[in-house]
Amino acid sequence: MADAVASVHGLTKRFSGQEKAALDKISMDIEPGKMTGLVGPDGAGKTTLIRILAGLIDPDAGEATVFGRAATATDRSMIGYMPQRFGLYEDLSVIENLRLYADLRGLPPADRQASFDRLLDFTDLKRFTDRLAGKLSGGMKQKLGLACAMVRAPKLLLLDEPSVGVDPLSRRELWQMVKDLAGDGIGVLWSTAYLDEAEKCDTVTLLSEGKGLYAGPPQALTDKICNRVLRLAVPSEGRRVILQRALDDPAIIDGTVQGDALRLMLKANTAPPTPQSLGLKSGSLFETVQPRFEDAFIDLLGGGPSGTSQLAEHYRKIAATDAPAIVADGLSRRFGDFTAADLVSFSVPRGQIFGLLGPNGAGKSTTFKMLCGLLTPSEGRGSVAGFDLHSAKADARQSLGYMAQKFSLYGDLSVRQNLNFFAGAYGLKNGDAREAIERSIEIFHLHRYLKENASTMPLGFKQRLALACAVLHQPPVLFLDEPTSGVDPIVRREFWTHINGLVEKGVTVLVTTHFMDEAEYCDRATLIYRARQIATGTPDELKALAGKADAKMEDAFIALIKASNLQREAA
Amino acid sequence: MTSIFGPRLAAIIVKELWLVLRDPRARISLILPPFIQLFVFAYASTLEVKNVTIGVLDRDGGQWSHEIIQRVAGSPSVRGIVRFDADAAVADAINTQRVIAVLRFDSHFSADVSAGRGAVVGAVFDGRKSNAAQIVDGYVDRIVAGVSADVHVARPPPVPGSTDVTYWFNPNLDYLWFTIPSLVVIISLASSTSVVSQSVAREKEMGTYDQLMVSPFRVWEILVGKMVPPVLIGMANATLYLVVNPFVFGVPFRGSLLLFYPSLIVFLLAMTGIGMLVSVVSNTQQQAFLGMFALTVPAFLLSGYAAPIDNIPPFLQLVAEANPAKHFQIVTEGLFLKGMPAADVFTNTWPMAVIAVVTIAVASYLFRSRLE
Repeated sequence: MADAVASVHGLTKRFSGQEKAALDKISMDIEPGKMTGLVGPDGAGKTTLIRILAGLIDPDAGEATVFGRAATATDRSMIGYMPQRFGLYEDLSVIENLRLYADLRGLPPADRQASFDRLLDFTDLKRFTDRLAGKLSGGMKQKLGLACAMVRAPKLLLLDEPSVGVDPLSRRELWQMVKDLAGDGIGVLWSTAYLDEAEKCDTVTLLSEGKGLYAGPPQALTDKICNRVLRLAVPSEGRRVILQRALDDPAIIDGTVQGDALRLMLKANTAPPTPQSLGLKSGSLFETVQPRFEDAFIDLLGGGPSGTSQLAEHYRKIAATDAPAIVADGLSRRFGDFTAADLVSFSVPRGQIFGLLGPNGAGKSTTFKMLCGLLTPSEGRGSVAGFDLHSAKADARQSLGYMAQKFSLYGDLSVRQNLNFFAGAYGLKNGDAREAIERSIEIFHLHRYLKENASTMPLGFKQRLALACAVLHQPPVLFLDEPTSGVDPIVRREFWTHINGLVEKGVTVLVTTHFMDEAEYCDRATLIYRARQIATGTPDELKALAGKADAKMEDAFIALIKASNLQREAA
Repeated sequence: MTSIFGPRLAAIIVKELWLVLRDPRARISLILPPFIQLFVFAYASTLEVKNVTIGVLDRDGGQWSHEIIQRVAGSPSVRGIVRFDADAAVADAINTQRVIAVLRFDSHFSADVSAGRGAVVGAVFDGRKSNAAQIVDGYVDRIVAGVSADVHVARPPPVPGSTDVTYWFNPNLDYLWFTIPSLVVIISLASSTSVVSQSVAREKEMGTYDQLMVSPFRVWEILVGKMVPPVLIGMANATLYLVVNPFVFGVPFRGSLLLFYPSLIVFLLAMTGIGMLVSVVSNTQQQAFLGMFALTVPAFLLSGYAAPIDNIPPFLQLVAEANPAKHFQIVTEGLFLKGMPAADVFTNTWPMAVIAVVTIAVASYLFRSRLE
């Protein structure tokens, strides 16, 4: 084994005013020539660990060593560090950013041209050298950030969530780029909240709430559950009910929808339930599939939640109608001469989940905002629960529950004050309001935070509170904008259990997500890319359109984007 | 709509109040400044001139110059006298601000006085401190006039008449009687606008704006909800001054509180209307703060507190008409010092009502159109 370029041992860091340690006795090595993954949900401690390695903050206990010396005393010119944000100067052009970093890192003028040429070539940014960094797309920004971190060939590359906000295609390119660098003998630390990226690393440290859950090759972790992940084909009609039954079965500790199949994880040393007990015809078969890193993570955390949603149990039944619950009819939105959404049309029947998929900046948020009345369309019409967004805006708003992408409740108000406000906002009167609030506190386990400022809660509870506020008035339509972004997989499962339960009660859900595997929960989804819908259909249809029926959703997505790019170039 | 005051309006008013009260920074900025300003403004922003040093260049050295110098030195406002013996030293003392004024007596001053020829006292003032210089000039004038009267008494052509001055409404010309009513205006203005200007901008900056706009609030409900806390805070601060005044400053309040409060509410509505306009067009709290700062300073300067409205150029007088503080300044001063009658209070209140209606209407129009 080669000597580690950097290592931490027994690292502990506690921030004042916080109950839990941000890092609790973490140990790991970063070896040259390898991709080391630092994996965990938001708030797990990834950024803190990276900042300690970069010598920006001191640990409380334990040691961080880089190139054989303490991280704070080492030769920092040999570290390439790409922070999560603010790494670039948005008002400088691509080449100016590179020059600035060359100055900062003391790159001798004679070496500059060669270094710039190599990096611009490598990141494919040569065409854009004069463009302002702020005007680049998310993927290009990350590539430029990487180039800036690499301007003087480092021995250690610290990347803090480089793939956030980047579309799947660019994510792959970025990954490949960094992997090539690692091949040259650089030690790379890649931090990520995407568990599928963890699978591709040479070695992984899995963090959760400051604790190290696992360290080692990802394969060794997934091998532990190798015969416990099963696929079960189900009729698309009742798949949510079957999933609920499966998750309520003590033999099954986790499950998700995968198009027209379920993906289930068995408890260790347990036989699977019979398909009949789940309400399926005899003859349905479980087939063993390759476990994923996420399955292993959930296993480490002790399994996901059960299948019955308390929220859905207490929800009113939304009356059946033939009228679609959400209609988008040729919605377009232009800002000046920039078209953010171009003739988006779809219709969602009552009691279905419809997904808006697409990279950041593609137009899915614009479409979403037009449908909940936050943006007036330049063209086209929309309606929610039968109310036209133009002529009956207030009624349309009363019929929808909205959960924003970022935490958007009142952080300075207590949890109870937030609940009181939203109960009032949707016109709930005294008795009804009290009942709805108490029920939400019960269902989302908010008791211990009731008097605290909402902003001080952990991310998972913030998201729970946001959902609680969105459904207090039991709306027939729910708009969820990236509801599970950054939360740990258990909270994600819990959310989907609630959503699935609500849909069975007749609620219609419009959801945006960049987790491609979550698109599998949708009854139908549309893929928005560069302001246009490039494909619409059931998850299985989308996969088939991409020419890969058994593919992962992400592969389908990438194939569709590539096809669209080709078409555009031809036109 | 069942009733106007339904759960929605109650919810947003309660929420806005909590937002102000739970934010420690907002709390401090609401409670501390009124108290600090109460004492700083009341005691430091005095319009009297005290403790000045006056220079003397006495080439005369006779009886009458000596008399005048003694009286000047004996005045309670004068800290001391500095004697010079050359014009160059005088210029230097004024330049370095050692003295605010220099009195210059020619060598034949006393002789002229004694001979009844009429004599002139030369005086140089530091024009950089124009206000204080004018006041010192007044002191000196009075002293010289006093000496002059004595000269006349000594040599009897009787004085044909004299002026017996009585200052109405403020018999002792106590500057506090002027500043305290003005402070009521300024403090309620500053506290209410600082709260309202942040209200919409904060929602945009914190990301709660979309959530608010998606809920079924009507625009008027949001605006009413956001205007209640600043109006209440402005009223609380004005009340604080009314309560503290009799114990600390003793400025009489001769008018009716039943006239004061309605007029105060109209004034606060007008100011929050202006603040709401600023908040609606701002995208960040910083922009809102700067925007409000850019408006409150002129509002303060054109209120009649800093300079009498009659003394400013005509076009600025016109601008001052659009300043609620100018109108409310007249009302408070009138109610404090002369027990202004209802009709006059009304005459000065309706322009503020017009400003309130216009600004609130424009703010709600902009609020709607910015929903795009």
